[in-house]
Amino acid sequence: MSVLTVVYALLFYAATAVLVLGLALKIRQFATTPAPLRIATMPAPMTRGGVVARMAGEVLLFQSLFRSNKWIWILAVLFHAGLALVLLRHLRYFIEPVWFWVVLVQPFGVYAAFAMVAGLAGLWARRVVVDRVRYISNPSDHLMLALLMGIGLSGLAMKFVARTDIIALKAFCLGLVRFDWQPLPADPALLVHLGLVAALMIVFPFSKLLHVPGVFFSPSRNQVDDARERRRVAPWAVALDAQRDS
Amino acid sequence: MAKVEFTTPELREDRANPQLVEGAMSHSSPYLASADHQKDLGFPGELVDGWQQKAVAKLGELLDKNRALRVYLDACVKCGACTDKCHYYLGTGDPKNMPVARQDLLRSVYRRNFTLMGKIAPGLVGARDLDEELLDDWYKYFHQCSQCRRCSVFCPYGIDTAEISMAARDIMDHIGKGQKYCNEIIGKVHKIGNNLGLPEAALIDTMEGLEEDVEEETGVAVKYPVNQEGADVLLITPSADFFAEPHVDGLIGYGKVFHQAGISWTVSSYASEAANFAMFIGSYEQMHKVALRIRKAALDLGVKRIVFGECGHAWRVAYSFLNTLAGPWDFLDPKYPVPQHILEVTHDLIRRGALELDPSANDDKVVTFHDSCNVARASRMGDMPGGQFEIPRAVIKAAVNRFVDMPEDTICDKTFCCGGGGGLLTDDLLELRVKGALPRMEALQEVVDKHGVTHMAAICAICKSQFTKVMPFYGFDMDMVVSVHQLVGDAIQLGAKE
Repeated sequence: MSVLTVVYALLFYAATAVLVLGLALKIRQFATTPAPLRIATMPAPMTRGGVVARMAGEVLLFQSLFRSNKWIWILAVLFHAGLALVLLRHLRYFIEPVWFWVVLVQPFGVYAAFAMVAGLAGLWARRVVVDRVRYISNPSDHLMLALLMGIGLSGLAMKFVARTDIIALKAFCLGLVRFDWQPLPADPALLVHLGLVAALMIVFPFSKLLHVPGVFFSPSRNQVDDARERRRVAPWAVALDAQRDS
Repeated sequence: MAKVEFTTPELREDRANPQLVEGAMSHSSPYLASADHQKDLGFPGELVDGWQQKAVAKLGELLDKNRALRVYLDACVKCGACTDKCHYYLGTGDPKNMPVARQDLLRSVYRRNFTLMGKIAPGLVGARDLDEELLDDWYKYFHQCSQCRRCSVFCPYGIDTAEISMAARDIMDHIGKGQKYCNEIIGKVHKIGNNLGLPEAALIDTMEGLEEDVEEETGVAVKYPVNQEGADVLLITPSADFFAEPHVDGLIGYGKVFHQAGISWTVSSYASEAANFAMFIGSYEQMHKVALRIRKAALDLGVKRIVFGECGHAWRVAYSFLNTLAGPWDFLDPKYPVPQHILEVTHDLIRRGALELDPSANDDKVVTFHDSCNVARASRMGDMPGGQFEIPRAVIKAAVNRFVDMPEDTICDKTFCCGGGGGLLTDDLLELRVKGALPRMEALQEVVDKHGVTHMAAICAICKSQFTKVMPFYGFDMDMVVSVHQLVGDAIQLGAKE
């Protein structure tokens, strides 16, 4: 077992632990913090089912963003839809035998990688060129794009420039899942790719990537419009009612 | 604060985004609350020792109490979708008036004190310690947000800058840096019962005056009752309705509607205010205290229903918060929603044929309608989503023959704030108010040019006061602003149903 294999294996266990634990703690924090007042952005759905539909529109179609700015919407859809397909394509490294629909996804996953990189490039260009977006950008916003771009380009490089031994890679990945470590091919592009992915997993719970769980907990989007019919009082506010009507 | 000379922006046809001008509004800052005004609300009278730590501690407390604040501070990706949506940015070009930049004034302190990255690499993630310079920016720029929620409509995560600015103002109040306008007014409500400090005797006098005026004009004895026990309806209306123009014409209209429908009603001198400025300063406790006046008045007068007059943020507090703050309303008539908006009442009466309206009474007018931000994006009317857009228009159209809407991207949930909401309706912020009205004025100009619009109807006391003040800066006549119930009151045929 090479040092490299051990280092990357441990790195991915650590990254997974940070990602899962970090997100779980954050989600618990979001979920347990009370929402003392009804603040849905109106008009809002009047039923739970309506809220599910509204949320689906936001998460799958980026509805509000569409109303806001077509350029950001197009670039964001390119990036996110591309990333989603790419992730599905990568499932093949972690399952054996490969599920039928994952096989079907494979060719689309390649195009999706280009879409993802193109989306990222566009979003990054906006961050530099549009004065309003430049003003609100911090170094971390550029770094996040660099990280994702690095992942996308190193991945594409392995497909189109310096192909890596994906049979051995799959053995390594399955080995991680099955706690039966197998050697990792020492290709530079692969090492860069995997290193950046681990970095992304580690920063996820401590960065703006929290928009992923955050959107589901956004009171302006997830509340039912029923304030007149249903009274809700946050636990910390109950005591305020003690003195009234006296 | 010195009086600032400023130039009213030009109305532009293209309505393009302005150039960024850093510091364009860095001189705009409202008067500080005096020690007395602070203490009336239980806030420290002046900036406290150790305010940095106390501000951070208060932020921590609010993060634990309010999920919205927590999620909104964490979730922003700086995509830029909101950057060109705020009327204050559009009117001033000051980059700190872009919603995300305004939020970042607080987010930077959140990141520095409550996030791992902000603690270990502040420069990387825009995390900052709260210092005098930043507190100064808080005070200035969180008082350049009218909490209108337009940004939240366009944010992919629904991040609402109103929640952030409310939290920031709450923190500032708790370290002794409150705003005079809001805090003085809330103190008056606690002491006297309304924002204007109008005592019971003056209120009764005013309402009697209205009765005389209406009888003189119409020959019909319409009642404007105060503290009438056993009335069916308790009307809670903004105190500006009692004498400001054009507000009072709306109040006259409510009285005529109740009269013709045969509904007995009253106002209360104890709860003679629909406004709840405690929302503007983000204080749940203050908002609760103000709201309980309405509960007490309803119990004391033994009414069956509560109806709110035309007021934007008041209707937000009423529709969305009142049940939480002062409910349950199980002692009222369960046949009616609690509370109801006067427009819901009027609309329902029109539908049932209970009002006799002659729209030709308003044939001298071509009317457009300004959706109030808080009504549009923070409340509802009627029993369908979007009723808050349809019901006012339906009522106007029943009272007026010629109605035109302003451009689509400036109405309904995309409406622009009048520029004076959120506790900014004070003369020490006049420049901000004038410039913030620019997007609405441009939209109005378009329908004036294309359709010969002569009047803009509003359903909010703040909108009405703001417009009458700032419209002359843009060359419009202040009389263009009318209450929706003024149109109704003018069209109603008193006597027809007697």
